[in-house]
Amino acid sequence: MNWIDIVTIMRDEWSIIGILILLLAGEILVDKKQLSMLIPIAIGLFVLHTAMSFIPGDKATLFGGMYRTNEMMHFMKAILNVAVLIILFQSYDWVKTTLLPNGMANAFYMLLFAVLSGMYFLISAGDFIMFFIGFELSTLPIAAMAAFQLKEMRSTEAGIKLVLLAGLASGIMLYGISLMYAVTGTLYFDGFLSAYYHEPLLVFGFILFLSGLAFKISLVPFHFWAPDVYEGAPIAITSLLSVVSKAASVFILMILLLTVFKDLSDAWKMVLYILAVLTMTIGNLFALRQTNMKRFLAFSSIAQAGFILLGILAGGAVGAATVIYFVLIYVFTNLGAFGVIQAIKDESGKEDMTDYTGLYRTNPKLSLVLVLALFSLAGIPPVAGFFGKFFLFSAAAGKGYYILLIIAVINVTISLYYYLLPIRAMLLRTSDTPIPTTKSGNMMRIGLLICVAGIMILGLYSPVYSFVLGLTQSWL
Amino acid sequence: MDILTILIIIPTLTVLALIFAKGQKSYRTISAVGMGIQTVYSIYLLTRYLTERAEAGGETMLFRRTVEWFKPWNINYEIGVDGISVAMIILTAIITLTGVFVSWRVKELPKEFFVSLIVLSTGVFGFFISLDLFTMFLFYELAVIPMYLLIGIWGSGPREYAAMKLTLMLMGASALLLVGILGLYFHSPMVEGHHTFSMMAIAQAPMEHMDQLFFFPFVFVGFAVLGAMFPFHTWSPDGHASAPTAVSMLHAGVLMKMGGYGVFRVALLLMPTAAHEIGWIFMILAGGGILYGAFGALRQTDLKYINAYSSVSHLALVLFALLLMDVVSWSGSVLQMISHGLITALFFALIGMVYERTHTRDVTKMGGLLKIIPFIGMMYVMVGMASLGLPGMSGFAAELAIFVGAFQHSGTLERVLTIMAVLSIVVTAVYILRVVGKMLMGPVTNEAFKQMDKARWYEKTAAIILLACIIGIGVAPGGLYKLINESVTPLIELIQKGAL
Repeated sequence: MNWIDIVTIMRDEWSIIGILILLLAGEILVDKKQLSMLIPIAIGLFVLHTAMSFIPGDKATLFGGMYRTNEMMHFMKAILNVAVLIILFQSYDWVKTTLLPNGMANAFYMLLFAVLSGMYFLISAGDFIMFFIGFELSTLPIAAMAAFQLKEMRSTEAGIKLVLLAGLASGIMLYGISLMYAVTGTLYFDGFLSAYYHEPLLVFGFILFLSGLAFKISLVPFHFWAPDVYEGAPIAITSLLSVVSKAASVFILMILLLTVFKDLSDAWKMVLYILAVLTMTIGNLFALRQTNMKRFLAFSSIAQAGFILLGILAGGAVGAATVIYFVLIYVFTNLGAFGVIQAIKDESGKEDMTDYTGLYRTNPKLSLVLVLALFSLAGIPPVAGFFGKFFLFSAAAGKGYYILLIIAVINVTISLYYYLLPIRAMLLRTSDTPIPTTKSGNMMRIGLLICVAGIMILGLYSPVYSFVLGLTQSWL
Repeated sequence: MDILTILIIIPTLTVLALIFAKGQKSYRTISAVGMGIQTVYSIYLLTRYLTERAEAGGETMLFRRTVEWFKPWNINYEIGVDGISVAMIILTAIITLTGVFVSWRVKELPKEFFVSLIVLSTGVFGFFISLDLFTMFLFYELAVIPMYLLIGIWGSGPREYAAMKLTLMLMGASALLLVGILGLYFHSPMVEGHHTFSMMAIAQAPMEHMDQLFFFPFVFVGFAVLGAMFPFHTWSPDGHASAPTAVSMLHAGVLMKMGGYGVFRVALLLMPTAAHEIGWIFMILAGGGILYGAFGALRQTDLKYINAYSSVSHLALVLFALLLMDVVSWSGSVLQMISHGLITALFFALIGMVYERTHTRDVTKMGGLLKIIPFIGMMYVMVGMASLGLPGMSGFAAELAIFVGAFQHSGTLERVLTIMAVLSIVVTAVYILRVVGKMLMGPVTNEAFKQMDKARWYEKTAAIILLACIIGIGVAPGGLYKLINESVTPLIELIQKGAL
């Protein structure tokens, strides 16, 4: 192992840290009045970073197994990059008008990239220390970002709520890790469980550990923080939490369960089964009653997480592929929805479902993007969400989970009802005081266009799925 | 480009043209031209089919083509048609075309209206040519979801409620169907280490007995809800009543037939053992639906509700005949789907025309319309006669075939249900003649009605096309019957071979 290796293998990490250092230098060196020039620099650098992450990576381990990577993990990081890039585009106007005057624009980008680097370490972790560092690094800055709109009480409330509950979750998780360490005597993932998987203490520690992750994915019953934080935080942060953070956590959950805790599958399958049923059903039932668009998407994303668990339960290369594929689609879909909400909020300050009444007559394009995104979330063909959900369910059915499948399809039908509600407001109804025609900035348009392209193409263009399956097959 | 895919490409191009067009006139012209080409093309498909059929010999599906899609799941874009699908395709093309004509004067969001309408028909065309369960399911859902917008935006009355109810019930049904399809897939024969979604492959090697019993209800109910099987029919009357005219036509004329077609193609053909063993449960429901629909229609005074319940009754007859599982009943049943599709489309088209002039659909408030709008009135009388099974019209040929088939079954249940079904024709006659008498004959009850416009050219075109087909089939049902019968016979043989 030499320095060249460390640089090339960890190039994603180095590159994002490099961007962070540059931004930090900019913060110190650039004159206060010219800070706005850092915004295009941050976005431009990140575009390059994202493009670079599509160069395929190789299988490798570093630092005696603390850090490991392979093609699949590299692709997961690329998905996260794309998601963050879309958020950067969509939040451009908001950053410029709201954060820049307070001098917080640069801080926003630095925190965002710090979160992303935390997610890289989370996915590439080879032992529990690295895992925990990644876990913290990808959570705590978000708490700071959630409280960014200092003048709004709800934003501050969201930040405090997140930091307190995330602290609690970390504590429980750390306790679980220490119990598992007590049994096995090692923190490395390799050979972690070899002989001890029948120990009750280990199972107990594992359940505590799992709750920590479940908190981050906001699985029911660990979801109580999510709606308030989602509603209170600025939209860019809500999309970060409910899309990027959730995607990263789902990835690491899947990696851990299918490799490190493979021998414990009897225990976690039962737990996951119950969590899946609860998450789908309760997430759905609460989503039915929401009127705030952000809160509505928050509950919908809780329910979606329940569907993802079906793929993890199915396991194997096929199950893993359906999970990654679904998350990939979910990223474009949900960010599309959040993007529209951001665009409307930027222009009119409104984010209630009733405000959207008659939106199609004044803003047909924005409405159509939202309609596409909602159809994709609901799983209506020919948009991508249909394929994602179909394959998840197929994976579960292939392993004989027919009862779970029936519960899931009933939930899909329920979810269709609430996904149709905003569509009803926008298209079916007319309003005397509709949101006036808004003209979004170019950055927002690019962001939405990427989302629409993803929603339309990822499903119908089948090589994407084959590619993902190839990755997971070489992994497992 | 192969001959069947063009059936999807024409509507897709029409939709694209609509998106880039401007002005109400160009929207409707583009739609009419597009669907006109589609109709001509589907008739050309029929002639091609007939010549190929003569040469093909034992092959059940013609123009087959398989394009690999999702290889890891062995999902293919697999298409092919037999006589039944060809008949359904022509029906769909004709009804969509006439639907465009009756929507000639859509004022609100005309572009979106025609786009939704044609996307819907694209789904239907795709559904009828699919031989792959995944592709079929995809097109099925593609056909259902535009209904929500069509009823919700351009509907009347409690349109939001009706649209939501219809969408949720149909998508709920498709969720059940998804379970059934995945069950079929994972119990299908393995080819090169993969299961298959191909209906042709599954039909050759049906799954185990117990598995069939488990999955049959999912698939059957999944499709039968779309076919408005009692007691899952409640979406249908509300949906019909609130939908705009063209949508009612497509909905009753084509969409509900997808239910019958799916029951036949997927539930019965792929799971024949279960159909033999537990089909009786659904047969009783279908028998109940025949009577329930007929008596329901008797009680209604709203024109659209009358026809909606009448559709429930006629579709139940289709499902009943399908469950009998013999050549004559099946042929009759498919014939009934075609015939009822045409009849009910014409009914709804005429109701739309009447409603546009009277602004009411309540029969009790009308009277003497035949004197004021003679063309529409006469058409209504004719289609009424067709619906109650007057010889010389398509309804007679279809129902006769069904009853001839049904009387060959000597089991008590079948016999009782058959007699009930025959008796329902009397009830049909009552509600149709009652409407004709009240609405068209007698004195003019409302002075304002005397100012009504005569039928316009596009309305006449739509009505004449449909009536011509109805009478054409009625006078010479032989050609169509032969087309269907030749395709049904090998399928029945396949099932009987599997059951033995």
